[in-house]
Amino acid sequence: MSITLRNVRKDYDAQTEVLKDISVKVETGEFFVIVGPSGCGKSTLLRMIAGLTPITAGEVSINDKVVNDLPPKARKLTMVFQNYALFPFMNVRDNVAFGLKARKMDQADIKQRVDEALKMVNLTELANRKPRELSGGQRQRVALARAVASDAKICLMDEPLSNLDAQLRIKMRQEIYALQRKLGLTLIYVTHDQVEAMTMADHIMVLNDKHVQQIGTPSEIYQNPANDFVAKFFGTPQINILNAQRSQNDNHVLNVSSDLEIALDEEVPAENVKIGIRPDDMKAEAAESVEANATVKNTEFLGDETIIYATLNSGEDIHVVVPGQVNYRIFQPIKVSADSNLMFFDTEGKRMNLSKEAYVHA
Amino acid sequence: MLKSPAQSTPTSPVSVEKTKSKLAEQEAKFTLNAKDKYFAWAFLGPSLLILGVFIFYPMVKTLYLSLFLTNTVGKPTVFVGISNYINLLTSADYLSSLGVTLFYVFAVTIITIALGLVLANLASKRLPGIGLFRTLFSATMGVSVSVAAIFWLFIFNPSTGFLSLISTWMHLPQIPWLTDPTAAMWAVIITTVWMNLGFTFLILLGAMSSVPTTLYEAANIEGASSRFQFFHITIPSISPTLFFVSIITLIESFKSFGLIDLMTKGGPTNATNMLVYRIYKDAFYSGNYAQASAESIILTIIIALFTLLQFKVLEKRVNY
Repeated sequence: MSITLRNVRKDYDAQTEVLKDISVKVETGEFFVIVGPSGCGKSTLLRMIAGLTPITAGEVSINDKVVNDLPPKARKLTMVFQNYALFPFMNVRDNVAFGLKARKMDQADIKQRVDEALKMVNLTELANRKPRELSGGQRQRVALARAVASDAKICLMDEPLSNLDAQLRIKMRQEIYALQRKLGLTLIYVTHDQVEAMTMADHIMVLNDKHVQQIGTPSEIYQNPANDFVAKFFGTPQINILNAQRSQNDNHVLNVSSDLEIALDEEVPAENVKIGIRPDDMKAEAAESVEANATVKNTEFLGDETIIYATLNSGEDIHVVVPGQVNYRIFQPIKVSADSNLMFFDTEGKRMNLSKEAYVHA
Repeated sequence: MLKSPAQSTPTSPVSVEKTKSKLAEQEAKFTLNAKDKYFAWAFLGPSLLILGVFIFYPMVKTLYLSLFLTNTVGKPTVFVGISNYINLLTSADYLSSLGVTLFYVFAVTIITIALGLVLANLASKRLPGIGLFRTLFSATMGVSVSVAAIFWLFIFNPSTGFLSLISTWMHLPQIPWLTDPTAAMWAVIITTVWMNLGFTFLILLGAMSSVPTTLYEAANIEGASSRFQFFHITIPSISPTLFFVSIITLIESFKSFGLIDLMTKGGPTNATNMLVYRIYKDAFYSGNYAQASAESIILTIIIALFTLLQFKVLEKRVNY
């Protein structure tokens, strides 16, 4: 069951455009994650695929059949809601059986399906409990069981883990992933959490400001972001984006004020360029004031690595991640540098493909 | 250094003394002094006075009168114990009134709730202009009993009434709405339902709009028809409210008086002689205060039983 969106648009009214020109193909059996900041329209997009929200323009197809005008139940999919949408007056078993009963399935079949679904999410012992007698994680599992019990091969999930605590989230993440693989579901998963997106997805769609920013595998998205938004959205701590100018003396060279100098193999095509450097691609060393290009603001020791928060002499903030523990005191002058994996963006934030054989020094 | 047991145990005479005096001190703090007492009564006074004069005294007096025979001005004459009650419960006339009332009460409750559900379900849909219908459906809340009675008397009027005009126009037999015993009962039921509907509708609409929309969305995706959703999501979700309005309607219908007085005066041939109207007639027309008192007590017991039922059931089901 593949899903195709063609130039899908959503306006709430003439003034409020929510989504513009969304096109994507989700393949059968794929774990597809839609990620973006709050209010970027990702839930709306999911609801449009489900048929809960009408689309303004464009086409939604399931298995190459346009479903724009089909009601939700005719689209043969299931959905897990952020608040789980469990029926408070029904016990776990009846909650899971709801859709099957609604479709007037045979009693014996219902029982078998529900039993299997409950077993799959380890809820067999709690089958007679009401939702209010369950913990957050257990409620989440009931919602999953409901999706499992239905025969639909497409499953939509709208921020299903956002109401759980951090520990449980990691556990449920793995359970959802395992379930998706086991059942061969085509899963479209909406989240604002870049870690969920990175860890589970086959493909990620990054949404922001009404538009698709990038679609790609997690490693493509991380290593090869299409623009500075995507670069900033993935990775903790955030990528360093620094403003640089073409050197007046040598048009192969970029300057970040007087702090960093970057020599490229090719000519710098624009006067102003943004440089993206992931914190763990940077190096830092203690330096004499004359050589130093930054000042330490703070350090955070995380066990296996240390995050250094520093300010470049030009005033721009920068994060550097170094392995192990380093002890810099506050206001200590340091020298930061980077020699690989530099990304270049134009002033609009769009990625520029400049030669990576570049180095940075003070 | 070790302490001697006498010093550390609280049972030593000295510490017992101390504890006692402390307790006494605390007690003294919680006893009201004269000034506080004065204030306490000043605050309690007004409500006690009102409750006493209008509720407690009449209740006790009614119970008292129901155990006596009374003269024409309502003074008790002979103590007769529960024979007033025995007379009532063996009188075919009273039992017929009770039957009529029960029929009326259940008919009104069932029809009001059913129509209220239908209207609330319609009005809970998101459609353009639905606000107008919500207002219209709840409009009868603002109509007084007398206005409703007169309005419906016009409609039921055998020669010029709206219903008789429709019957004539459609060549249907005329229904003598207020002169036929069965028709009169239905006339009163229709009017009461019409009066109650606004309130019931509004309460049910409120309950329905508090059901989370994701439940319906989930059901839509799972393939449930709107009928299935109504019976398997809406009704169970609003069941506490549904039960509450049912009991309220039931109790209010037991107490129906104004409509009966204005529309049928208990007639024809006692067909609409409900309990409260009967009490009124027995006391203030026939001057039989003792019997009217006994009737009041019986009605109070009936209503109290339903109220008790409401509390018991709501207690159990309010959280589903």
